[in-house]
Amino acid sequence: MKTFLTTTALVALAFPAMAEIKIGASLSSTGPAAFLGDPELKTLEMLVEDLNAKGGINGEEIVLVAYDDNGDPNKARTFATRLVEDDEVVAIIGGTTTGTTMSILAVAEDAEIPFISLAGAIDIIQPVKPFTFKTPHTDRMACQKIFEDMQKAGITKIGMISGTDGFGASMQAQCKEVAPDYAIEILADETYDPKDADMTAQLTKIKGTEGVQAILNPGFGQGPSIVTRNYKQLAIDLPFYQSHGVASDGFIELAGADAAEGVRLPGTALLVADLLAADDPQKPVVDAYKAMFEEKTGTPVGTFGGYAHDAFLIMTDAITRAGSAEPAAIRDAIEATSGLAGTTGIYTFTPEDHLGLDLSAFRMLEIKGGKWTLVQ
Amino acid sequence: MRLTAKSATLLGLVVLIALAPLFFPSGFYYRVGALIFVNALAVTGIVILTGWAGQISLGHAGFAGIGAYACALAPVHWGIHPALAVLLGAAVSAILAWLVGRPILRLKGYYLAVASLGMGILISMVLNNERELTRGPDGIDVPDLGMRALLKAAGLDLSNGEFWYFFCGIALVIGAWLALNLHDSPTGRALRALHGSEIAARTVGIDVAKLKLQAFVISAIYASVSGSLLALQNKFITPDVAGFMHSVEMVTMAVLGGVGSVAGAIFGAAVLTLLPQVLTVFAEYEQLVLGLVMVLVMIFLREGVVPSILRKIRGRGE
Repeated sequence: MKTFLTTTALVALAFPAMAEIKIGASLSSTGPAAFLGDPELKTLEMLVEDLNAKGGINGEEIVLVAYDDNGDPNKARTFATRLVEDDEVVAIIGGTTTGTTMSILAVAEDAEIPFISLAGAIDIIQPVKPFTFKTPHTDRMACQKIFEDMQKAGITKIGMISGTDGFGASMQAQCKEVAPDYAIEILADETYDPKDADMTAQLTKIKGTEGVQAILNPGFGQGPSIVTRNYKQLAIDLPFYQSHGVASDGFIELAGADAAEGVRLPGTALLVADLLAADDPQKPVVDAYKAMFEEKTGTPVGTFGGYAHDAFLIMTDAITRAGSAEPAAIRDAIEATSGLAGTTGIYTFTPEDHLGLDLSAFRMLEIKGGKWTLVQ
Repeated sequence: MRLTAKSATLLGLVVLIALAPLFFPSGFYYRVGALIFVNALAVTGIVILTGWAGQISLGHAGFAGIGAYACALAPVHWGIHPALAVLLGAAVSAILAWLVGRPILRLKGYYLAVASLGMGILISMVLNNERELTRGPDGIDVPDLGMRALLKAAGLDLSNGEFWYFFCGIALVIGAWLALNLHDSPTGRALRALHGSEIAARTVGIDVAKLKLQAFVISAIYASVSGSLLALQNKFITPDVAGFMHSVEMVTMAVLGGVGSVAGAIFGAAVLTLLPQVLTVFAEYEQLVLGLVMVLVMIFLREGVVPSILRKIRGRGE
């Protein structure tokens, strides 16, 4: 009986129903990572509805099975198991955070189901796992982009203030690793708890460190907004760099346009859709997503919804090209993706590269008068 | 022959664990079952501490964190087999519980709640911040227990879900059996006496501080083993396992099911593990439903669901 039931699950995976393609998602649409997971879920729901209205993929309807894992890796693993064993999906999108991604990854790899993650850490795709891909750039690339910009400005000595959450801690470690490549020396290295309400103590210490020429704040959520406000209050007169973790209009609102003036960070084309050149290969997809999302939800687009958009784009593109909803065929087709323009960058996957982006996917942005501008 | 409460609970548990898979529509339910057993094991420890000794701990997830990270770190750094790492985690948890509990439990009142709260938060902070060792908030891989391969070699080929379902099920039965034995032993009687009236217990010659400490250490071991099982099963663990919310979840499960009864602990763990799975469609209302259930239980079934219902049934029978 038991073996019969488990084999039915396997058989059903091998022969999906003809008229529909089931795609699973486990996102953190509530909980501490809700500001990431919520736009991701809304994006997926919107895109599925839109695609089905246009006739689906190869005449088959897309069914999205989405669960909310609260940002809890244990729950994410349970939902991933449910998607694979119970819902019998052909592919999974999700893992809003690195922790939830690592949980889903294990299940997806075991069941040999293609999985596209929406989380940042480099560990997800390095070493390359056969069925796992991801859409956001890695924090390592963000560090490189920032250091590249610093190098251009002749900055060689910096101070860092990082959050102790997953994002901040991971980026802090990556930045320290790549800093020597850009001849940058980290003179001060402070941290704060993401729930702290005041970071003036750490900033004062950095301010007082002899020789610091710029300050970098790898962080996520509300922390960087507070750091930015404290920065202004302490009247620190050094170039200030934030990470891609705060690349959304919410950051400017929370920090205040006044305090955020002059802050630089690596962001995606999505944030500066209006400023893109008419011949920019990302312009059509960025404009289309921005218009659709803003009309549907009434809220401005952010980088994170864009990650989900790109994951869905890569997935549907692969299923269309594969001409089949067989997990193994989808995986092979994803790996053959080449020059696909998404909102985050232009994706080209290979068997050795399951991220598919390079540094050109990041644009250096600066906040001027409460608006994003492109740094040339 | 009438069944004692102890054998009835154990027998019911064994039958339930053995027969439930016959009704599983897919392999996913093995995963849910295994999670219920892991949670129930930790909550059984809470029953011993809170239900019998009358002490409250708000930091039990810290012990689960120690158990979990022992399985993640000891095999990699010291070459200890994961199965032995479970014991190591339990030993470390027990020693820590003893160190924290010894000065605190000499005092009357609920000081343990505050001390354990602080301890839990400290453990969680260490796991989050000691990146060199624990790899920080993004979590760390846990080595394979290797039992499945062993069983396969012995001719018993179980899927991952099936294996962990039965493995955790057996662990829970053993845990429940030990707890029920303790309940009927002189120590158990002394514990309940001190819960009833600390002064009376002291008057009849019970070493109150020592007993409370024993209960705290035992319950820490339960939490630690539950954390280890979770880590080994997921093969991946993050510091969330030691988080404050996990501590609260354990206490909530115990209170919901009936904090004085092992059967209640298992029931509470089952309900609160299943609820998020049942409510996926109403994910936004999950917290609301959870709060409502707790309030209703507190008002109408003050001893928790299982003891209250048992009392009703017995009351009618007599």
